[in-house]
Amino acid sequence: MADGRREPKSKYTLDRGMPGAFEGETVTRRRFMTATVHGAGAIAVSAFALPALGFAAGSALFDRPPVEWKPIGPTEDFPNDTYIPRVITETAGIGQVGKTTVYVRARNDELDPPPNPPGYDERFIAVSTRCMHLGCPVRYVDAAKRFICPCHGGVYDFSGQVDGGPPVRPLDRFYTREQDGQVEVGARYSVNSEFRRFPSYRDPAQDLDGIGQYLYPGRFSTPKMD
Amino acid sequence: MKLPLPPLPTALKPKPKRPGEAERVKPLDQVKEAGIATADWVDERTSLSGVARWTMFRKVPKGTNWFYTLGSATLFAFLSQAVTGVFLAMYYDPSVTNAYESARHITNDVFLGEFVRGMHKWGSTVMVILVCLHMARTFFFGAYKYPRELNWVVGVVLLILTFVMAFTGYLLPFDQRSYWATIVGVNINGTGPLVGPFLSDFLRGGAEFGSTTLSRFYAIHMLLLPGAIIALIGVHLYLVTRLGTTAPPWLRVESGDGIREENV
Repeated sequence: MADGRREPKSKYTLDRGMPGAFEGETVTRRRFMTATVHGAGAIAVSAFALPALGFAAGSALFDRPPVEWKPIGPTEDFPNDTYIPRVITETAGIGQVGKTTVYVRARNDELDPPPNPPGYDERFIAVSTRCMHLGCPVRYVDAAKRFICPCHGGVYDFSGQVDGGPPVRPLDRFYTREQDGQVEVGARYSVNSEFRRFPSYRDPAQDLDGIGQYLYPGRFSTPKMD
Repeated sequence: MKLPLPPLPTALKPKPKRPGEAERVKPLDQVKEAGIATADWVDERTSLSGVARWTMFRKVPKGTNWFYTLGSATLFAFLSQAVTGVFLAMYYDPSVTNAYESARHITNDVFLGEFVRGMHKWGSTVMVILVCLHMARTFFFGAYKYPRELNWVVGVVLLILTFVMAFTGYLLPFDQRSYWATIVGVNINGTGPLVGPFLSDFLRGGAEFGSTTLSRFYAIHMLLLPGAIIALIGVHLYLVTRLGTTAPPWLRVESGDGIREENV
């Protein structure tokens, strides 16, 4: 084309004098074929890309394996003024990696606020060892009545509330129940600084006070307990 | 004093040339001729010689110095990682129960295993350091400016991919250090507002660190990222060849013909 910047052609095929054109037609044969080829390409790519993406992300984001109640010992083992460590299997089938320590004690009415939201009134408190800074394992130091994290200096008081260092919320907890004189530990849940319960537990470092509970949405489903 | 050669038997003596006969082709010339003919054959069908000339015989500005080699140093660090990684994959087993044992086997039992694993482990640190130095060179020399902004962007993506490579590779020995470092790293991912929690679930393959986490990291580390890095290195090198390199900022433009070019 010598004069590349001519008047733009009319979009109507009739104006452009195309054979077989009719009133109001804008899609030329060339445009139709271009769109068809592009569309076919998009369908072909989606046909393998979308299932692959769904395969990689779907079960990671949506599947929640059912949680079993795990017995950890008779009720009289657990006093209300100190924690007893117990090892439970959080993820089965992967050996040591799937195990975690929980610190368990009986409920202490002077220390523990009433359940929020009310209704689930367990007699035993099971505190997770997962530090709420970035997930290192905390340990309970009885002499200090505090949980201490070895990685970045997070400190929690007796109830699991943040006492110092970088953690953003109190330690996670586990649902507990009594069955045939045994204390059983169920699914993990998160709490914010007022000990409000979030059944869809959040990862460490996700603040649950104020705007944090909206910035860090829960998962699409919570684990089912049998 | 030169001793006379012992007399050769007549059968072994080279025959004298017949008059009018052309010079005989020597074997070395034949080899040379075969090489040239092969190259010609390929070039006639692909025109690759033009590409090679375009890539290799470029004008570089005066003042080009050792700092300009940081990019190719990074490239060679990557090649070393690729080669050692391929061979490590022959012995490594990315399952939660066997990963540590197979890494131990590579180090303690396999011939040269400790050396190759060491090359891969220390090489990753070397690559991260080189990639950062290369970026610092580009920044301080002002080599990111027009018309090379797009190459800077590609370089930044390569920098991020290198970090992701280092992060995913860190889990694979599956000892205490790599396990807890990955827990911490994935949780840092989770602090991104709104998408963070879903991203960390995607990385872990679920809400908890499980059997799929390790194989996921392994697949990302040895299939997804190397492909992306190789493709982007191609783009990066194409743009370097197309746009040329910059002169160091301390060179003033001389009067008249500007910065002189040397053909290297």
